[in-house]
Amino acid sequence: MLEIRNLHVSIADQEIIKGLNLKVKAGEVHSIMGPNGSGKSTLAQVLAGRASYVVTEGEIIFEGKDLLELAPEERACEGIFMAFQYPVEIPGVANTYLLREALNSIRKYRGLEPLKHVEFARLAKEKMGIMGMADNLLKRSVNEGFSGGEKKKNEIFQMQILEPKLAILDETDSGLDIDALKVVADGVNALRSPERAFVIITHYQRLLDYIVPDFVHVLVDGRILKSGGKELAFELEDRGYGWVEEEARKAVNN
Amino acid sequence: MSIDLEKLAEQEYKYGFFTDIEQEIAPKGLGEDTIRLISSKKQEPEWLLEWRLKAYRHWLTMKEPRWAHVSFPPIDYQNISYYAAPKVKVGPKSLDEIDPEIRKTYEKLGIPLDEQMMLAGVAVDAVFDSVSVITTFKEKLAEVGVIFCSISDAVREHPALVKKYLGFVVPQNDNFYAALNSAVFTDGSFVYIPKGVRCPMELSTYFRINAESTGQFERTLIIAEEGSYVSYLEGCTAPKRDENQLHAAVVELIAHKDATIKYSTIQNWYPGNAEGEGGIYNFVTKRGRCVGRNSHISWTQVETGSAITWKYPSCILEGDGSVGEFYSVALTNRRQQADTGTKMIHIGKNTSSTIVSKGISAGHGQNTYRGLVQIGKDASGARNYTQCDSMLIGDKCGAHTFPYIEVKNSTAQMEHEASTSKIGEDQIFYCQQRGLSAENAVSLIVNGFCKEVFKELPFEFAIEAEKLLSISLEGSVG
Ligand SMILES: Nc1ncnc2c1ncn2[C@@H]1O[C@H](COP(=O)(O)OP(=O)(O)O)[C@@H](O)[C@H]1O
Ligand SMILES: [Mg+2]
Repeated sequence: MLEIRNLHVSIADQEIIKGLNLKVKAGEVHSIMGPNGSGKSTLAQVLAGRASYVVTEGEIIFEGKDLLELAPEERACEGIFMAFQYPVEIPGVANTYLLREALNSIRKYRGLEPLKHVEFARLAKEKMGIMGMADNLLKRSVNEGFSGGEKKKNEIFQMQILEPKLAILDETDSGLDIDALKVVADGVNALRSPERAFVIITHYQRLLDYIVPDFVHVLVDGRILKSGGKELAFELEDRGYGWVEEEARKAVNN
Repeated sequence: MSIDLEKLAEQEYKYGFFTDIEQEIAPKGLGEDTIRLISSKKQEPEWLLEWRLKAYRHWLTMKEPRWAHVSFPPIDYQNISYYAAPKVKVGPKSLDEIDPEIRKTYEKLGIPLDEQMMLAGVAVDAVFDSVSVITTFKEKLAEVGVIFCSISDAVREHPALVKKYLGFVVPQNDNFYAALNSAVFTDGSFVYIPKGVRCPMELSTYFRINAESTGQFERTLIIAEEGSYVSYLEGCTAPKRDENQLHAAVVELIAHKDATIKYSTIQNWYPGNAEGEGGIYNFVTKRGRCVGRNSHISWTQVETGSAITWKYPSCILEGDGSVGEFYSVALTNRRQQADTGTKMIHIGKNTSSTIVSKGISAGHGQNTYRGLVQIGKDASGARNYTQCDSMLIGDKCGAHTFPYIEVKNSTAQMEHEASTSKIGEDQIFYCQQRGLSAENAVSLIVNGFCKEVFKELPFEFAIEAEKLLSISLEGSVG
């Protein structure tokens, strides 16, 4: 589904991602872990198409298409969704309104009829229930005055409505209490399917207790230094990231 | 993924066509002869000619105001033609008498003049350059005593009313442009709602500038007698031209005891091109007098067009308990400049006013809110609420606010809120990530910003306004 080859990314002339390779197949859940500042969010933003992140080398193929050729909204319409680490507030625009416009824009791209107001309302109500969100969050302006937890839940709620093929979650777990964490994990698990893939960025193993990944990758200083199964997450939890760097250094010196 | 600005700039003003018809245009230049010509073309009574000449003589002593936050080269008032009219007979017309080209023009503008084809419940006065070409649903309105006609027809058919109220709100010598208008006004609408009548339809006037090198000087007069209600809407467009054209209108509203006038404007004059060439100078005086107790005047404007807008729809709250409202969206894109706002003059007791202004600046646009709230010494219990929000799109535009407050009565309650926001790249990106184009994201955000004003518009026009705003914003993100 997704293949990243030798990706190099700079921001403000500073190289952040320094030759990253990653393959994600449909149905898989990949977790990317790594210390602060290692480039996790940068990777997510590049996949979503943020213009300020400049790809200087490498390629990204999504479902056979050159992703770097596509505008951010085209990527969204092709089925890429990113849950933002810091969801932005949009005063004056009702949450429900943005989401309906977004869904209908994606449907249009795919040659589908727009969803009628009532149909959308029904869908939204159902998903709100799953996420345990208060009804008024739909009518309120996008993320405006939402608590940290409400913002994160809102991201997952949007994901449930838009039903992407590839969902990238950027530290959706940060700042959540354990109950909210469970709700978020349930929201993700409910969408797991053989046609859908997830890239879950986190730096705690905690979330992975609830969303069990197929693969865990360790991102340090713009490179994936180690990949493994879910047990790698436990090891990172116990030992931190230092040993991975140490191992990598040795491997280079050999 | 960057948007082709030039392409957008070319397609964005879709009303920029010209209608080629046989017309009568007065020679360029302004003098007493010009005024006599206009007056005789319109077969006006002597008193009106004198009224015009008096205004003209006063105008000669006045100077163009230059205090507004706009800049433009001097206007050569001798290089304008003050009268342009399609060749039609004077007086009320039926649909068959209208030049088919003019009918087509209005159809293209989305305003079919055929009553069967019209929006149900909206009567239209269609003003083409200097004359009203038709007023629809006149007979139906007459059944309940509502007079809706061109001001030229009103001068002939209802001279007493016109004589009584013309200049009642905006005196001839009020300001430079109002004096000019009083001297040379050509057409406009006249509305009279008798006592106790709730006007059964929306009334609207559609102003179209077509001829080249002409000015449009329309005059609108709306009188709402005791206990009556009327909702009126004006719309405007003009062809695309490299030269600037002057539009200097005067609108006067009079609300008697317990009467309500809702006046909405969707102003979409040609704004000029991306370099700031061409476009309409929209220098307009709009004012209402709430003369009766508990009378109510509400202005709603959506200003997206014109190269320069200079406009302050105002309310003079004389009657005790009278209410004035001003809801405004002003958008400036490309090189457009707008200096707009309102004056709320509280004279009567327990008068209240509400001002909600939303200024949006994009491209190199300059947007100024200028408002005066004045509480007179006898206006005990007066209240004003002002909310004044600016939104910036990009970093080459400007937003400015000049709120003036004069309070001479200590019981006044004043509330003022203001904000300035900028559409952030992060907000646009967030919407794009959800599947919307950058342009749709901007219009979503801007429409959200304007919601409080749009909800004051009659329903069909609120939708129109949203669309118009989206079109006017094209090319604002790159
Ligand atoms: N907009 C930006 N401008 C400058 N530097 C940035 C920007 N965004 C991220 N960086 C830098 O890029 C590096 C990686 O950041 P990020 O991808 O956010 O890391 P992570 O998500 O792994 O914590 C950091 O050193 C950070 O300071
Ligand atoms: Mg991060």
